[in-house]
Amino acid sequence: MDWVNAVIQGVLVGGLYALFATGLSLIFGVMRLVNIAHGDLIVLSSFLGLAIVTGVGMHPLIALLIVVPLMFAFGYALQRGLLNFTLGPDILPPLLVTFGLSIVIQNALLEIFSADSQKLPAGALQTASLQIVEGLAVGVFPMIVFACAIAVIAGLQFLFYRTALGSAFRATSDDADTARLMGIDNRHIFALAMAISLAVVALAGVFLGMRTSFDPSIGPGRLIYAFEAVIIGGLGSLWGTLAGGIILGVSQIVGGKLFPGADQLAGHVVFLILLVVRPRGLFPRAVD
Amino acid sequence: MSLLETRGLTAFYGDFQALFGIDVAIEAGETVAIIGSNGAGKSTFLRSLTGLLSNAPDAIRYKDEPIGDLPANRIVALGIAMVPEGRKLFPSLTVEENLKIGAYSGRDGAWSVDRVLALFPFMQERRQTPATALSGGQQQMVAIGRALMSNPELLLCDEISLGLAPTVIKDIYDALPAIQQTGTTVVVVEQDIQQAMAVSDRVYCFMEGRVTLEGPPDELSHDAIKEAYFGLKGAA
Repeated sequence: MDWVNAVIQGVLVGGLYALFATGLSLIFGVMRLVNIAHGDLIVLSSFLGLAIVTGVGMHPLIALLIVVPLMFAFGYALQRGLLNFTLGPDILPPLLVTFGLSIVIQNALLEIFSADSQKLPAGALQTASLQIVEGLAVGVFPMIVFACAIAVIAGLQFLFYRTALGSAFRATSDDADTARLMGIDNRHIFALAMAISLAVVALAGVFLGMRTSFDPSIGPGRLIYAFEAVIIGGLGSLWGTLAGGIILGVSQIVGGKLFPGADQLAGHVVFLILLVVRPRGLFPRAVD
Repeated sequence: MSLLETRGLTAFYGDFQALFGIDVAIEAGETVAIIGSNGAGKSTFLRSLTGLLSNAPDAIRYKDEPIGDLPANRIVALGIAMVPEGRKLFPSLTVEENLKIGAYSGRDGAWSVDRVLALFPFMQERRQTPATALSGGQQQMVAIGRALMSNPELLLCDEISLGLAPTVIKDIYDALPAIQQTGTTVVVVEQDIQQAMAVSDRVYCFMEGRVTLEGPPDELSHDAIKEAYFGLKGAA
């Protein structure tokens, strides 16, 4: 039963990793931009949640109602005011600029919140669990996170493949110049993509803060998890990203149980093995 | 007043100048062909008209309004649509989605998915097919349908016969009258001179970024075209 428990915990934490990865995958898909600051934006959202929770005294889940729209707006402004100017035939400028942004965010958080470890108080939700069978209980909060991950991915899947805006996203991703001939303002589309990406990041950041302690330096680590989940799942596949997150989560928890202290290493090793066996990921997009 | 007029239109790719002062006037309702060899500046001219290449505002006037500096995504809403060279269908989109995205600018008019399907009936069964899974000629028809979905007053067709079999080219040009009937002004860029002469009311010939000849096809002599096209004087 211990092992079943470990796998279930791994699957559930995989939902959080999928939330880390979805935004990264989305903007890479739409504009071929690799956002090195993605992990730091997750941590920024955690701190934004902290500021609201401690400042106003509301529950972190309620604070999402403020953090998500704020990060959505920030994403739009960031893309429109900065990142759009880095896009072009050369892939280096966006990498450099988002790398710089990563450093700026880390240091700004350090300046404002200090290097202390923080945590978002989740109250009774912290310890609430559901007894499934004798000896197997699952935390309510991890299940909420996992359900949100599925809802977010299903929602994005619907947005991308069933709506006019989704067609515009895919068309712009295929060929921005021809999309402009259709009347699509690619700068606006890119900004919307970043806004949606950071809205998901906001969700992930607040969940992260409720799950574990965080400090300004942990962003790059979350970026690695996000990258690994995206690559395992296959670039451009949203459900693949969820599968990637789950594989990563299960590898970490089961690996940590086999070799105490080696949970992170186990995740990276499984990632490397999958990279060798399936270089294009489990569910690569047919059209590249 | 012409529907569209260019005055001294120039275009550059970096330091390379592709157009040297193009003066062209297109009247509402006519069909104009632009001919010229590779590198004459025909595609560059169309890219300028659609706003993919930016210009001085007054270099391009549409319905007597300066549009030379407008971005491409605003020009289509004014009623200028382009069928780009090489078709440029969106591979991630189905045939139907490609057509629908043509209407993104939201211009009112007669064209709808159903009407495009009536013009090119083969599409009916291929609506859900990824656009780039079609044959070259079929893709070209989707590209034309996609441009029509914006209900253009001026339709620019860049090399729509390039790389296609003669029977397919005929099928495509057979659709032209139905498009012209809706009052759409058509500009075709063609390398095939015979085809260009057959469909147009007026021909412009480009060479090395300049207009070298202009007139109705039946008033242009074979030798004059040869000279304007190749720059060969008196060659037999």
